[in-house]
Amino acid sequence: MININHLSKRYGDKLAVDDLSFSVAPGEVLGFLGANGAGKSTTMRMIAGFIAPSAGDVSVCGHDIERAPVAAKRCMGYLPEGAPSYGEMTVAEFLDFIADVRGLTGARRRERRDIVIERLALADVLDQVVETLSKGFRRRVGLAQALIHDPQVLILDEPTDGLDPNQKHEVRRLINELSKDKLVIVSTHILEEVHEVCTRAIIIDLEAKSRYHNAVSLRFEGDQDLGAARAAIVRLAGVAAVEIDDREQRLTAIPAPGAGILPAISALIVESGWRVPELHLEAGRLDEVFRSLTQGTRPGVAA
Amino acid sequence: MNAAVILFKRELRSYFATPLAYVFIVIFLVLASVFTFQVGGFFERGQADLQPFFRWHPWIYLVLIPAISMRLWAEERNSGSIELLMTLPITLWQAVVGKFLAAWCFAAIALALTFPIWITVNYLGSPDNGTIVAAYVGSWLLAGGYLAIGTCLSAATRNQVIAFVTAALVGLLFLLAGFPFVLDFVRGVLPSAFVDGIASLSFLTHFDAISKGVIDVRDLVYFAALIGFWLTATALVLDMKKAE
Repeated sequence: MININHLSKRYGDKLAVDDLSFSVAPGEVLGFLGANGAGKSTTMRMIAGFIAPSAGDVSVCGHDIERAPVAAKRCMGYLPEGAPSYGEMTVAEFLDFIADVRGLTGARRRERRDIVIERLALADVLDQVVETLSKGFRRRVGLAQALIHDPQVLILDEPTDGLDPNQKHEVRRLINELSKDKLVIVSTHILEEVHEVCTRAIIIDLEAKSRYHNAVSLRFEGDQDLGAARAAIVRLAGVAAVEIDDREQRLTAIPAPGAGILPAISALIVESGWRVPELHLEAGRLDEVFRSLTQGTRPGVAA
Repeated sequence: MNAAVILFKRELRSYFATPLAYVFIVIFLVLASVFTFQVGGFFERGQADLQPFFRWHPWIYLVLIPAISMRLWAEERNSGSIELLMTLPITLWQAVVGKFLAAWCFAAIALALTFPIWITVNYLGSPDNGTIVAAYVGSWLLAGGYLAIGTCLSAATRNQVIAFVTAALVGLLFLLAGFPFVLDFVRGVLPSAFVDGIASLSFLTHFDAISKGVIDVRDLVYFAALIGFWLTATALVLDMKKAE
């Protein structure tokens, strides 16, 4: 679980992140979308505890990153932008070093090491010095390093940058697999990536602050009272409107700007005992939203 | 295993993964020999001791130790690996101490490799080996002092050249503080309490005492305090950079 509360970062007079608040739950893949220099990396660095916020606070797995940094960092795996590592070490030495710092020992250490080496296809370069690796391999070493202790929370800054299309696909598949029981935050400037891996997206843009732009669509099964369901959803905080499609038995909830509604809706489904075999996020119009937001014109609430 | 120990091992191994370590050791040994035998007049003095060897250590270190310390943090910052290091579950202190100890241990290895000089003096005469051991300890402490200064200045920049030059400059201040001409100058301007204060801050005052075979608790406390002070400053600099 990650809670971000009124997070801001200021470099001198320049505001890099402005009053950002959101929370992410396990099972979610949150995408940070934004133009270069919009504050994606700065936000991730604050979550990972590399830089201190100017205002606001971050808690990861219940630990405040400023007050209990070691506990918070222990439950997190972090891939910094550009996947830095120690160039003079071999891949095997580097992974061993990370495993040691992460406190892995004995059989578990061997098991985790083998898993990440297999998952990221690093077996052939284990004895190669990191410096001599291609950009794609270095990124994979960075991912392996972030995953080796099987963390609950993964923060990945541009995980597919510099990879070829096949590798990109592999990494996305990996994120999808991991997201079953973990909480993942990825940053990207590639829209299709958001569609492919994220359950939710935040557009980070200083002008527009942050907004959630995912409508949640629910398909009901059999003979259920759509009208009552609609009334219940509309009452949830953050829901601006609910569209109803009788023919397809579908409700689409549209969030108010800045509101994340998926957790509340999923909770409501369980609570009310609705039979909803299909629940998905409509990110179809994200493309337009992204462009219009980052270019200055604001879309309507329904976007 | 403590994180500081893991970091220490990684750092120490990384010295020997690059040519830097070997170049450093060779230059150190060559300089130490040249100063001992040529400048120091080891044979001409006709005395069985290592004074001509240890006398020059403060000066050799002045130039060579910043070459070890400059990369400690500046390189991490420049390559971006500092972001990886500082987001691992370790405390700032473990990182500062682990890195410093690795550098200090490396200095100890370089220093230990001067053992042929010790053998030589034992072959030629019968020196007071207790004094020599004390002087080795003093020399190692002196290296620690220079290193601690360099560590802090390396944390303040991403540029290794700046880290080198500033470390050498501050080192020079600590060295010169004990010289008569500096103290005479200060004596003309400031009250004598300050003169004693400045003299007691000098590397030279404390190193000279130990290298003559007198291990005084006060000298040990001086080096411990000096290293502690500069490492604390390093942690503060890193913390400030984090909030910058």
